[in-house]
Order: sequence, then structure tokens, then C-alpha cells
Amino acid sequence: MNACPERIVHLMHDYLDGEISREHELELKSHLQSCFDCQAHMHELSDVVAFVKGAAHVEAPGYFTESVMARLPKEKSHAGFSRWFRQHPMLSAAALFILFMSSTIFTNFNDEQQFSFTKQENVIIEGETVIIPKGQVVKGDLVVKNGNVQIDGELDGDLTIINGSKYMASTAVITGKTEEINQAFDWLWFKMKNGAKEVLTLFERDEESE
Amino acid sequence: MDALVNKRVKQVLKGDKDAFAEIVDLYQHRLFQVCYRMLGNRHEAEDIAQEAFVRAFINIHTFDQKRKFSTWLYRIATNLCIDRIRKKKPDYFLDAEVKGTEGLNMYSQIAASDDLPEEELMKLELQDRIQYEISRLPDKYRTAIVLKYMEELSLQEISEILELPLGTVKTRIHRGREALRKQLSKQPHYL
Repeated sequence: MNACPERIVHLMHDYLDGEISREHELELKSHLQSCFDCQAHMHELSDVVAFVKGAAHVEAPGYFTESVMARLPKEKSHAGFSRWFRQHPMLSAAALFILFMSSTIFTNFNDEQQFSFTKQENVIIEGETVIIPKGQVVKGDLVVKNGNVQIDGELDGDLTIINGSKYMASTAVITGKTEEINQAFDWLWFKMKNGAKEVLTLFERDEESE
Repeated sequence: MDALVNKRVKQVLKGDKDAFAEIVDLYQHRLFQVCYRMLGNRHEAEDIAQEAFVRAFINIHTFDQKRKFSTWLYRIATNLCIDRIRKKKPDYFLDAEVKGTEGLNMYSQIAASDDLPEEELMKLELQDRIQYEISRLPDKYRTAIVLKYMEELSLQEISEILELPLGTVKTRIHRGREALRKQLSKQPHYL
């Protein structure tokens, strides 16, 4: 066998791969007929193929698919959103814009809408009205937000009213400055109008670009 | 079948996780078999085959739908198997946990360099003997032989799975056959 060219072994493998030309096959066959060692080699190789092919088919256990599904990473709730965003960039930009716009407006709105006032002694609260009763003296500043003030007594300090009105009795005395601010609501109103305008122009621009 | 698989892949890409279960159903046996033949024990094969599907799910957006899905899956699985084989070699003998594991026999756990004594070999059932001889092949040849003769894939497909030139795949199969020939001719076998 030592005398046989390596080429013959190559031809054997080509033959086993099923990738041998007619010409080479004849060459191999004629060699095998004359060479016992190569014949044995070829035989052993064929046996190897038969041996390996004798391996039984193996099947995955019955619960395999369920096990895989259980091992898959849980999709985070935002993953669905992010996929949607990727597929609709323009719409998601608009949606985000509206979301943020409205949320700022509403948080401000809610903040500003709350009735609040500076805690002072001798003050009576009736609904959303802060009353300084007759004959009483309140020392210090008084700030009332989103509520009214009725002054029958005396206020020894500044009075600030935001989004509200004041009712003064003839007996009322305010030693400090009085300031009425209704701008907060105006400002809010202005913001809302502006926001709506911007959204509209955005949509118009969208239509133009399409 | 490819059309069906691509449809399922698209569904998975859109977020339909259940469509992936169908993909697993279709390929589970093939992938499990490769892993089993590569690793030689059912427990590890199950773990690695499942891991291959999990990786496929996570990376499904990288799958090129113009190509064959099975090729891509096989690639993931064979790479994982080879990683596992290489990782496991140093602490091979410390791996006591595998003892008494279902579907596992000691022969499949013996390192490739360890020859079983002849009388032990004689006691092996044919199927165990096949697995034993396969496990003694160097992993390069083992992968090629398993894909060729146990999965019955074409040389072209194997070259795509392993991302190797066709010539290299042929060489590995040739050397694998020669190695098996030497293993079998040294010892009594079932031919």
C-alpha cells in the first residue's frame, strides 16, 4: 500500500462523497482490482460510513418546546411600544409631543387650581373663601390662591390674591400692600391656546410634506 | 416549508412569541440530535439545544430571510456545542454531577484520549459504540461527520453552516472517516 499514490485514497473519499467523475471512478476501480491493500482500505472506509449511518435517530423529549418557550426572555412592556415607535416614527413623534404638552398643561392646571392660603390665626374658612371676621386682627401676610378673601376685620400685612377676588367690608383695614394676580390662569390659557396652535401647524406641515 | 418558516419568522419579528413555538416544533428533533451526537449525553444536549433556540429568538432580527433558516439554526447549535466541549475539557474528571443522569452512560463521558479496554468495548451495545467512537473524534471532524451522516446534510449546506469553504469541509470529512477507520480497525467492531 505504501507504493500506492495518495491520490488513490483521495479518489476513495471523492467516491464516498459521491463527487467523483466517471473517469476517476474507472481509475479507482481498476486500481482496486489490482491492489489488495487499497481494496481493504476502501472496504474499511465503506464500513465506517455504514457504521456511522447505523446511528439511530434521536428525538428531543416531549416537553422540549414548552421548555424552550419558558426559557425565552420575557418581553418588557416597553418593548412593544419601542417596536411601534420604530415602525411609525412620525406618528410617535406627534404622539409624544401631544403627550408631553397635555401633561405639562394638566399638571400646571391642577397645581394652580388648588385652593390654598397662608395659615394664619383668627381666620375662618368658608368653602373657598378666607374670612377675617369683624374685630379680629391678623398679623402677617396673607396669600390666597384660587379662592376669595372677605375682610371684615383687620389685616396687619400684605394681601396677595391669585385667581380670586376680595370683598372688603367697610370696617376692613389692610396695613400692607394688596395685590391681585389673575395672570396664572391667563398664562395657562395662553399656553393651551399656543399648544393647540403648534399642534395644528405641525399637522399642516405634515400634510405639506406628504 | 421555507415559506412557512419565513412567515413565522416575520410574525416573531412583529412580536408574536407564539409563532416561535411552531419554529421550535419544526426543528427540535434535528437540533437535539446534533447536540446529542456532539456532546454525547441527553441532558447536555437538551440544555444546549434549548439554548440554541433561545439565542435564535433573541437574535432573530439578524437572520437573513433570503437564506435557509435551518442553516442558521444549525450554526448557532454547533457553535454552542463546540464552546461547551472546549469549556468542559479541563474539568472533565471533576464533573461528578453527570453520574446517574438519565440517558447518560459512562462511555459517552470518557475523554477522547481514553481508550476503553477491549473487553469493555465488547460489552457495548451498537448504539453506545457508535456514540463512543464519534465522541473520540476531534471536534472539528466530529462536527462535519455528524452533520454529514447523522443529519444527512449536503456538503454545500455543511459548508454554509460551518462558514468554511467547501474544500475544508471535504477535508474534514475525509479525515474524520480516516480517523474512524483507524479507531475501528484497531478494535473489534460490529461490522
